[in-house]
Amino acid sequence: MTDFAAVRRKLWAVVLIVGFFALWEVLCLALGVSDLVLPRPSQVFATLFERLPILWPHILQTLMTTMIGFVGGVVIGVAIGALIGVSKVAYDTAYPLLIGFSSIPKVAVVPIFVLWFGSGTVPAVLTSLIICFFPIVVNVATGLATTEPELEDVLKALGASKFDILWNVGLPRVMPFFFAALKVSITYAFVGTVLAETVASNRGVGNVMMSASSNFDVPLVFAGLFILAALGVALYVAFSLIERRVTGWATRRDDFAAA
Amino acid sequence: MTDALMPLSPARGGAAIDLSQAAVIFGRGAKATRALQPTTLRINDGEFVALVGPSGCGKSTILKLVSGLIAPSGGVVVVGGREPSAKAARIGMAFQNPTMLPWLTVEQNVMLPLKIVRPFRSEYRAKRKTEFRDRAHALLDQVGLKGFAAKYPWQLSGGMLQRANLCRALIHEPRLLLLDEPFGALDQFTREELWGVLQDLWLLHRPTVLLVTHDLKEAGYLASRICVMSARPGRILDDSPVEFPRPRTVAMTFEPDFVALNQRLRARIVEARGGSEELAR
Ligand SMILES: Nc1ncnc2c1ncn2[C@@H]1O[C@H](COP(=O)(O)OP(=O)(O)OP(=O)(O)O)[C@@H](O)[C@H]1O
Ligand SMILES: [Mg+2]
Repeated sequence: MTDFAAVRRKLWAVVLIVGFFALWEVLCLALGVSDLVLPRPSQVFATLFERLPILWPHILQTLMTTMIGFVGGVVIGVAIGALIGVSKVAYDTAYPLLIGFSSIPKVAVVPIFVLWFGSGTVPAVLTSLIICFFPIVVNVATGLATTEPELEDVLKALGASKFDILWNVGLPRVMPFFFAALKVSITYAFVGTVLAETVASNRGVGNVMMSASSNFDVPLVFAGLFILAALGVALYVAFSLIERRVTGWATRRDDFAAA
Repeated sequence: MTDALMPLSPARGGAAIDLSQAAVIFGRGAKATRALQPTTLRINDGEFVALVGPSGCGKSTILKLVSGLIAPSGGVVVVGGREPSAKAARIGMAFQNPTMLPWLTVEQNVMLPLKIVRPFRSEYRAKRKTEFRDRAHALLDQVGLKGFAAKYPWQLSGGMLQRANLCRALIHEPRLLLLDEPFGALDQFTREELWGVLQDLWLLHRPTVLLVTHDLKEAGYLASRICVMSARPGRILDDSPVEFPRPRTVAMTFEPDFVALNQRLRARIVEARGGSEELAR
C-alpha cells in the first residue's frame, strides 16, 4: 500500500517536470518567442548535447570547485556550530558576529578575494565556502543547543564524560538538523561558485554562461542553467538518500525501523 | 530467572546514601522554587527503601540529588562515601519518564550503560554482539518484552517503555538502584509480576535500592523501610521499617498486618497532603 503510494508520488514528480518543459515548449511555439529571449527546452537540450565535449571540462571545474568549497564549509561549519552549540557563552558571544557575516552580500566579497588571491579557482572555492557554511553552523548549533536535557541526564546518571554525551546524544540528535543544512548548503555552494566564476574566472560553467551571454548565445546560457540545476538536484538527491538511512528515527519511517 | 545478572563482588559497609540537611531550590531570586526542604536521610548498604509522598513533594528531586544530576542548594549529600557522581558509585537509574534515545533500538537503549560504565565499556565493542546482547535479551524476556529488542522506542507502548527503562537501570548490575515510579504505567498484574522480579534480584545481589512509588502496597511488598514525605516542599515525616519475611508474596499483601501498615501509611500521607480524613473519605 505504502509502496504503491510512494511510486505514485514519484510518478507525479516526473509528470510535473515533464509537464513543465512541455508547457514551456508549447508556450514558446504558440507565442512565437524568439530564442534570443527565451529558447525552447528542445533547443537548450540540443545545444547541451552538441556542445557537451566543450562544456565537459567546465562542468568538472565547477563541480570540483563547488565540492571543495562545500566540504570546507561543512568542516568549518560543523566545528563552529559544535562550539557554539555546546557552549552557552560561545552561543551568546559569537552569534551576532556570525549574523553580521552572513548578512554581507557575497557578491561584494568576490572582488576582495580576487584582490587577495587573483582570479581563478581560489576565489570561487572561497565564495562557495563562505556562502554555504552559515546554514551548517546555525543548524548544528541549534540541534546541539536544543538537545533535551532528559536525554543527556540518561548518560549523566551513568557517569558519562562530556565527550561521551556529545558522541552518544549530541551527535545523533544533531543529524536531522545537519542533513537539513547540507541540502540547503549544497545548492548555496553552487551559487557561490558560479557567482565567482562569472565575475572572476576564465573557467567553469559560470564563466561559460557569462561569455555566452555576451555573444548572445542564449541557448548556451540556458544550457549552463540546466547543467547547474541538474548538478544541484543530483547532489541533493545523494544527500537525501544518506539522510534517510541516518535520520529515519526522527521521522519514524517504517522502512528505517524494519532495516 | 536471574541468570542474566552475574554475581557481584561485595564491597560494602556503612551508609550508601547520606543526606544531611540537603535542600534544593530551583531557580534564583524571585523565580526561585523550593523543591526540597532540608532533609536528612541515611540509607545503609543493601537496604531497600521506598519513598512515598504526595505529588510534587520532591521525591524525584531526591533521586536526582543522589545520582548527582543536581547539586544541593544547602546541606550535604554523600553517596558511597563521597560526593555523588555516578562514576564512582555505579548507579542504575530509571527515570520517571522512560527517556529512551529515539535513534537506538530497545536493545541498544538497554545496553547503553554497558557502553558507558566502567568496567564494561572497555569490553563493549567485543561483547555487544554476544554476551552483552544475551544479557539484554534475558532481561527483556524477564519483563515480558521478548521479541521487542529490535524495535524502536516509538513502536512501544508507554508501559512497555517503562519496562525497557527498568532493564536499562539493571543491566550493569548497579550497586545502587534509583527507581522513580518504575511501575507507574503498568497494569496491576504486570506490576505484581515485576515486583517479584525486582525482589528476586534484590535478594540475589542485595544492591541498595531507593524506590519512589505512589503505591503503598508496592512499597510494603518490596521495601525493607518506608519513608513518607510531606507535601511540597517536602521533608521526611515518617520513617518505618517493614519487617515481613522474605520472599514476600502478593497473597501477603492481603494479610491483616500488611493492611494495617498500609492504613497507617495512608493516614500519614493524607496528613502530609494537609487534607483531613474527612476530605479523603
Ligand atoms: N527543573 C525544575 N525547575 C523548577 N522547579 C522544579 C524542577 N524540577 C522540579 N521542580 C519543582 O520541585 C518540586 C518537586 O518536584 P519533584 O519532581 O521532585 O516531585 P515528585 O515528588 O517527584 O512528584 P511526582 O510524584 O509528581 O513525580 C515540584 O514542586 C516542582 O515544581
Ligand atoms: Mg517524581
